[in-house]
Amino acid sequence: MSTEKIKFGRSNVFFDPFERRPGPIKTNMHYCPGCGHGILHKLIAEAIEHYGIQENTVFIAPVGCAVFAYYYFNCGSISVPHGRAPAVGTGAARATPEKYVISYQGDGDLGAIGFNEFIQAANRGEKMAIFFVNNSNYGMTGGQMAPTTLPNQVTMTSPYGRNVETEGYPMKVCELVNALEAPVYIERVALTGTANILKARKAVFKAIENLKNRKGFSLVEALSPCPVNLKMTAEQVNEFIDTKMTQFFPLGVLRDRSAETPAGNVPEEPVRDPEGVKKLLFTAKEEGAADAEKIVNNSELFNDERRIRVSGFGGQGILSLGHTLADMARLRDFNVSWMPSYGPEQRGGSASCAVILSRKAIPSPLVDSCDLLIAMTKAALDKFGYQLKDDGILIYDTSAMEKPEVKPGQKVFGLDALAIANRIGNAKCANSAVLGALAAILGKYALTSEDAADYEKVFTEAITESFRKKPKVVEQNIAAFNAGRDEMSSQLA
Amino acid sequence: MQYNQRLLLKGNEAAVYGALLAGCDCFFGYPITPASEVAHTAALLFPRLKRPFIQAESEIGAINMVIGAAASGRRAMTGSSGLGISLKQEGVSYLAAYEMPAVIIDVTRGGPGLGNIGPEQADYFQLVKGGGHGSYHCLVFTPNSVQEMCDFTVLAFEMAEKYRMPAYVMADGVIGQMMESVQLPDPKPYDYDPDWKMGKIIDGKANYITSIYMEYDDLEALNRKLQNKYREIERTEQRAEEFMVDDAELVIVAYGICSRIAQGAVSELRAQGLKVGLIRPQMVYPFPNDNFKKVVENGKAKVVVSLEMSAGQMIEDVKLALECKLPVELCNRMGGNVPSCAEVCEAIKRIYKEYTK
Repeated sequence: MSTEKIKFGRSNVFFDPFERRPGPIKTNMHYCPGCGHGILHKLIAEAIEHYGIQENTVFIAPVGCAVFAYYYFNCGSISVPHGRAPAVGTGAARATPEKYVISYQGDGDLGAIGFNEFIQAANRGEKMAIFFVNNSNYGMTGGQMAPTTLPNQVTMTSPYGRNVETEGYPMKVCELVNALEAPVYIERVALTGTANILKARKAVFKAIENLKNRKGFSLVEALSPCPVNLKMTAEQVNEFIDTKMTQFFPLGVLRDRSAETPAGNVPEEPVRDPEGVKKLLFTAKEEGAADAEKIVNNSELFNDERRIRVSGFGGQGILSLGHTLADMARLRDFNVSWMPSYGPEQRGGSASCAVILSRKAIPSPLVDSCDLLIAMTKAALDKFGYQLKDDGILIYDTSAMEKPEVKPGQKVFGLDALAIANRIGNAKCANSAVLGALAAILGKYALTSEDAADYEKVFTEAITESFRKKPKVVEQNIAAFNAGRDEMSSQLA
Repeated sequence: MQYNQRLLLKGNEAAVYGALLAGCDCFFGYPITPASEVAHTAALLFPRLKRPFIQAESEIGAINMVIGAAASGRRAMTGSSGLGISLKQEGVSYLAAYEMPAVIIDVTRGGPGLGNIGPEQADYFQLVKGGGHGSYHCLVFTPNSVQEMCDFTVLAFEMAEKYRMPAYVMADGVIGQMMESVQLPDPKPYDYDPDWKMGKIIDGKANYITSIYMEYDDLEALNRKLQNKYREIERTEQRAEEFMVDDAELVIVAYGICSRIAQGAVSELRAQGLKVGLIRPQMVYPFPNDNFKKVVENGKAKVVVSLEMSAGQMIEDVKLALECKLPVELCNRMGGNVPSCAEVCEAIKRIYKEYTK
C-alpha cells in the first residue's frame, strides 16, 4: 500500500503522454536527471491551469535545453532564434493582445546573445512573463561558460576557471532589470529542495497572475540545478546553488508592484473592414479635393517633358518649392516625379530637388539637364548652372548674387523672394513668391491664356491642400504668390 | 473623411499605403537612410487604423517581432536598407523554415560595410540567393515606380501568403526617395486566419511552430518540400516587362531605377536607328528566365547587357538564364552613382557596334 501523498499532481496543461516527443519515450521529459527544467515546467503548467489561461497562452521556447518545451505544453508555442524570444513575444503580444505570452529562456539565450531583446522588452514593459533559468553554464552545448558562471568556476570554455579580470563577474540580471521603471514584478528563486521549490511556485503563480491581469512585465529568475554539466551529484549541485550561487544571486523579491498596478485592458480591435479603412486612413488635413473640377492643361509648352531643378540652401524651403510644383502638376493630371537630394549634401547645408512633368510616362526621375533652374544661392547656381538647357529659364535670388551671365538663348529673371515674404510677414512664403514670378514668366512666354489663368488656380489648390488646417498660412502664401507675380510682371513690362 | 485615391507620394510612403490596403496588421522597424520614411509613414498611419507600430530596438528585434506576429496569424511587415537587412537575415532564414509569410521592404543603399546612403543595387545577392543559412529563397519584387512600390507591396502580401514564405520589395534609394503620383487601390476585405498559426486547436491540441528537426530524414523532407515549392514558383510566377525586344539585336536587362534609365536610353537609341530593347524584371526571384529563352530562340539578339548599380550581381542570373548561348556584357555604376541616360547610351552604342559589325 502506498503511503505517498501527492499534493500537486500532473497538470492538465501537459500532454499526457508526451506524444510530440520523438522516439519511444513518451512519459518522461528529455531533460537530464536532476535538471531543474522539469520542475519549472511543472510549476508553470500548474499556474497556467490554475488561472485558466491555457487556451490563450503562447509559450515561446528558447534555444537551449528547453527548445523542445512544445513537446510538453499543450498551448500555442514556437521555438525561436537564439535569444530572440522577448522580441518574438513582443510581436505576438502586440499583434494578438488577447493572448498571454510566456518567454522561457536560459542564461546564454537571455543573458548573452539575446540580452538586448530581453532588456528592451523589459524596458518597454511588454505584457509578458519571462522565466529565466540560471544554471551557471551552457547546458545544451555541453557546459561552457555563461554570463552567470561564478568566479573561478571551471567550464569547457573556462578550463582554468572564470577569470574576473578578463571575463568579468557573474551577470546579475534581476538587479539590472530592477534599474528600469516599467517592470512590475522581479523575483529570484531557487529550484533546490521542497521549501525553495514551494517559494518558486508562489513566484511563478504571481507572474502568471500578473500575466492574466495584463499588468505588465514580470521576471522570475530560477537558480536551477545542472548536475550533469557541473559534474556533481544532485545533493552537491543543490549545495552549490544554496551556498555558492546565492552569494552572487541572492534569493528574494527585488520588486513587486503587482498590487498597486491596475489590471490592463485589451486594446481596441484594429480597423480592418474596407469601409472603416477608407474612413480613417486620411485625416481632414490630407483629405482630397473631392469636387475639384477636371481641368486639362493644353499649352504647347508641355508637349515635351519639362525638367525643373530647384536648388539652394537647407531651410529655404527648396524641397517644398519643388513639392508644390509637383503637386500642381499632379492636380492637372500630368505625370510627375520629384526627386530630392537625400545624400550627404543634405546634411552639408545645400539642398536641391528635381521635378519632371510630362504628358507621357517619365523615364528617369533624375535630372542632368533642365528647362527651368531656380537658384536661391550662388553656390547652387555654380553647382547646377551647367544643367540649364540652351533655351532654358533661370530664376535667381537677387539678394544672393549679381545678375548672372547666361547663354544667348537662355532667359534670366531675378527676384528678391525673401524680401517679398518678409513684407507679407512670413519668411516661409518666399517659395510662393518664386512660384508667382514663374506664373508671370510662363504667362508671358509659354502658356495659353486659359492655362495662365489656371496656373494661379492650381497653385491655390495645391497650397490649400498643403495647409488645410492653417487658413492664415494659405492666405499669406497666396499674398506672396500675387506679390511675386506682380513684381515679375512689372519687370517684364 | 474622403478616401483620397490619387496622391503624390514617396516610394517609401507608397509601400506603407500598399501594406495597409493589403490588410497588413502590424509594422515593426528601425530607422535607416534611405528607408526611414517607411518607418515614419508606418508610425503615422498604422495607429490611425488601431494597428500596432513598434520601433524595435534593432533590425534583429524587428524581424523577430515580425515572426511573433506572423506566427500569431497576423500579417506583419518590416523595412530597412542594406546593412539593416544583413542583420535581419537570421530571422528571414527562420521565416523560410517555418514557412511563414512576411513582407520586408528593402530600400537599398551603397555597400559593403557602412558604405553610404546613396542608391546602389548591391543587396541582390543577399535577397535573391538566400542571405541567411540554409537552402531557401524569398520572393523578390523589383518596383521601378512609386505606383509599383504600392502595388507590388500588395502583391508581396498575396504571394507571401499563397506560398507561405517571406517576400521582399527591393527598391533602390531613388525609387524609395522619389515622389510620383499614385493611384491607391481599394482596401482589400480582411479574411486572414491561417490554420497553421500557433495556438490553433486541432483535435484538442494546440498548434506549435518550430524549425528544429533532430531527425536528419525529417529535415531533408522539409528541404525537399521547400525546393519543390521553389521550382513551382520558378515555373509559374516569373514577372517581367519587355520594351522593344522583338527585333532587338542588343537587349538590355535592368530593374529598379536602372530600368527607367534604360528605357530612356532605348528610346533615344532607337531614334538613332539602333535595334535595342529592354527586359525589365519585375521580380528577380523567381528570375524571368523565359524572357531570355525567348530572346535566344528568336535569334535576333547578338548580345545582352546587364545594367546594374552593383559590381554585377544580377548578371550571374542573366548568364544562367541564357545558358551561355549569348554573350553578356556588364554596364554598371557603384558607390551611390546613378548612371545617366547619356552615359548608358554611349556604353550601349559601343557594345552594339562591337557585336553587330
